[in-house]
Amino acid sequence: MNNVTPFGLYLHVPFCDGKCPYCDFYSLPADGERMERYTQRLLELFPAYAKRYPRPADTLYFGGGTPSLLGAKRLSALIARAKECFGLDGAEITVEVNPAEDLSAFLRDIRAAGANRLSIGLQSANEDELVLLGRRHTAEQAKKAVRAAQSAGFDNISLDLMLAVQKQTRESLLRSVQFCADAGVQHISAYLLKIEPDTVYGKKKETLCVPDDDAASDLYLFACEELEKRGFHQYEISNFAKPGCESRHNLKYWHCEEYLGIGPAAHSFMEGKRFYYKRNFSEFLGGAQPVQDGDGGGFEEYAMLALRLTEGLTDNGCRARFGGKLPERLLRAARLYEKGGLTVCGEGGFHFTPKGFLVSNMLTAEILYNGEDV
Amino acid sequence: MSIPRERIRNFSIIAHIDHGKSTLADRILEQTKSVALRDMENQLLDNMDLERERGITIKAHAVTLIYSAKDGQDYVFNLIDTPGHVDFNYEVSRSLAACEGAVLVVDASQGIEAQTLANTYLAVDAGLEIVPVINKIDLPSAQPEKVRAEIEDVIGIPADEAPCISAKLGTNIDQVMEQIVKCVPPPQGDESAPLKALIFDSYYDAYKGVIIHVRLKDGQVHPGDTIRLMATGAEFTVVECGYGRATCLEPSAGLSAGEVGYIAASIKTVKDARVGDTVTLADNPAKKALPGYRTVQPMVFCGIYPADGARYPDLRDALDKLQLNDAALSFEPETSVALGFGFRCGFLGLLHMEIIQERLEREYNLDIITTAPSVVYRITKTSGEVIFIDNPTNYPDPSLIAQAEEPMTNSHIYTPSEYVGNIMELCQDRRGVFKDMKYIDTDRVDIHYELPLNEIIYDFFDALKSRTRGYASFDYELSGYKKSSLVKLDIMLNGDVVDALSFIIHSDKAYPRARKMAEKLAEKIPRQLFEVPIQACVGGRIIARETVKAMRKDVLAKCYGGDITRKKKLLEKQKEGKKRMRQLGTVEVPQEAFMSVLKLDE
Repeated sequence: MNNVTPFGLYLHVPFCDGKCPYCDFYSLPADGERMERYTQRLLELFPAYAKRYPRPADTLYFGGGTPSLLGAKRLSALIARAKECFGLDGAEITVEVNPAEDLSAFLRDIRAAGANRLSIGLQSANEDELVLLGRRHTAEQAKKAVRAAQSAGFDNISLDLMLAVQKQTRESLLRSVQFCADAGVQHISAYLLKIEPDTVYGKKKETLCVPDDDAASDLYLFACEELEKRGFHQYEISNFAKPGCESRHNLKYWHCEEYLGIGPAAHSFMEGKRFYYKRNFSEFLGGAQPVQDGDGGGFEEYAMLALRLTEGLTDNGCRARFGGKLPERLLRAARLYEKGGLTVCGEGGFHFTPKGFLVSNMLTAEILYNGEDV
Repeated sequence: MSIPRERIRNFSIIAHIDHGKSTLADRILEQTKSVALRDMENQLLDNMDLERERGITIKAHAVTLIYSAKDGQDYVFNLIDTPGHVDFNYEVSRSLAACEGAVLVVDASQGIEAQTLANTYLAVDAGLEIVPVINKIDLPSAQPEKVRAEIEDVIGIPADEAPCISAKLGTNIDQVMEQIVKCVPPPQGDESAPLKALIFDSYYDAYKGVIIHVRLKDGQVHPGDTIRLMATGAEFTVVECGYGRATCLEPSAGLSAGEVGYIAASIKTVKDARVGDTVTLADNPAKKALPGYRTVQPMVFCGIYPADGARYPDLRDALDKLQLNDAALSFEPETSVALGFGFRCGFLGLLHMEIIQERLEREYNLDIITTAPSVVYRITKTSGEVIFIDNPTNYPDPSLIAQAEEPMTNSHIYTPSEYVGNIMELCQDRRGVFKDMKYIDTDRVDIHYELPLNEIIYDFFDALKSRTRGYASFDYELSGYKKSSLVKLDIMLNGDVVDALSFIIHSDKAYPRARKMAEKLAEKIPRQLFEVPIQACVGGRIIARETVKAMRKDVLAKCYGGDITRKKKLLEKQKEGKKRMRQLGTVEVPQEAFMSVLKLDE
């Protein structure tokens, strides 16, 4: 794949000021010296990667962890170096931020450095739910953070919501949705809570009073409906946006396009290869190379990712990428689930409905491996 | 062999299961130094792993031993081991017909059990001298004197000289040997009369062809002779004959009246040399065959399918090989919509069926799916035609049936008297008709029921054990056909009949069974992307229904930072999972669902 198509750049910032009991992402306590060494390491790596991949990037995403903990100075330095190395002309530059007091100065500074999109970890607009989630902020702080961002000049803001959390009801979920709409943001990510084994939640699974699968499914469908009503159209299983405000960076994952991930636990897909850095901070600082994870970008992978999107699998998409139309057998298989309201099929392709997204693991397998080619 | 016929002793050991028959056989082999101690494995005569594991003998075996008795003389002992289970009663009776005596082993702690009596009666019918032995006297719960009295009272044979032994520890085995010398009469017979030899066992050997084990009643046989098998009329030339030793075959110049030995004559399959047939010489044939030969008929049938359809040829080869050695096993190809290509197999009984299934899985490494076992029903059609049905698929439309009959059994259950109530309840529930009840002693009884065979082929034995804490023993014999109200029960998944799950059942039992099956299937069929109705119906009428609800939620909501590894792994796992499913119309059914409905009592 020797072309000049820009790729996405992802920087994993593995620092948090506390560990949320449901979270299994890689993170460490935010200590000044550690963050400094980490920033230096990234600054060193950029030119090396630029040499390896002498092409521009058109998205930059600071994910975590809590990237905002790095502070405006370090983030600005990283953005500046990334621009030197990877161009980033007209790029979408996203920083994940957790709500806190007094973010105004920080937000103004990173906006000035070039950040133009924020993803704010709201999770819920209900205080009791936030406490049970172990979040260290209030809804009020989140509201202030959004306002501060808007005053700092951000016009592309995303809020994270969690679905099927403890105590959540249709009413409380509706309050959270309304909170987002009222805040005037452009994008919402709404994730169903998944209890991971190696988390505090995972260890006390039995004592959690989270909604059961049926109730969780109802909450998800309700959220999809209410967000749609407020002008946030669903474009992926867990993502909703005002028209034109979809996350360009995240779309690269689902379109099976190239991205370079740097930082412990960051994943990459470049030149047909998948590779990732291990979840080990000191090894990363010590110069560890990414682990190779084989070839990527085959049809199965492409289809699996495309089916996460509301645009789904299309003739056009397949033709552009593989030079042939969507295999008829997939369309045939997808039609079996149209009556049950899981898929929508047309001449040029098919996609899942919200009900289909809820069972997308099984539905994808059924459609990809139905009959003849298993 | 230089030892005269007066010093030959042909005998079997008979016992209820686990009373120590094979252990005693091992001790006898040791005492006669038939086996070097280093070759001694426990239960040497049980050749198959399965036999050793289950503690049962599936095939008869015979060994010739030399015993130096206390009178200073050497004796030839021909020990003929017999299968101990009712499924193989015919083989037992043929083995016994080859003997003059039977050592009856009774457990000193358990006393007389169902098969003790069943086997003793077979031995008495065959006119054998019974040598009672009381085993397991080393157990703390042993009551040898009580058991001695039981033998005298219940069986009605003198037991005052019965040795009290521990086969496990080797205690008083010499007393058993001396009793055999003393009580078992030497064989009769005329060496100069035309050859008459009873086949009591046969098996296939890859090098020599079928080896038949025989007891010569009259005459002689030598290598080079042309023999004729009187039931089939087939003729073969004897390649080799001789004596069975504990670990090998020992060729000899010939065999003569009274002796027990083997003949190899390049016979291709055991079907040509069936147990019970009489061997004679082609050029000087006996006028009449020995009495009692009959072809054994399979009583229980089921479908056997490879879990992986691609292994159908392997399954056929395995069944072919098993049949070389097991004339009672029958099979023919059948096709199921649900399970694909497989075989309809016939067995002597439930144990026989289980053994074949286990051997297919273990010895031939096959993953198999079996359908519910069926007995053979006799259906008289309105046209007057009589047909036998062993496969629900072939069951005629009810409007064409004038009369349906099912096979019945005479069943005996031996039990401590405290469990009589439980047992009667069970037998009643299994449509049993009470015949009578006899006290064996003050606290043990023999309950006699007429029970339909189809009620005991599922899980009767397990149910009996669990209701009597394992104390009851059970034996049955077929008693003929009886008119019955039968129906065919079908299971439908998502509206389609699953042929592999259909079966024939008494109309009174249809409803509870339908309920149980539907419940079990609902439990075993995983949620799918749509709701799956499970319906049980009789003649188009739905009598039970369950629903497998549709899967609501199965999603990885987050693919964080481009990490799609987990999603890919999951998809791979689902792809693999689909291979273990059977696609029935639109419904995917795991293989274990088919097996689960066979064991509804668990």
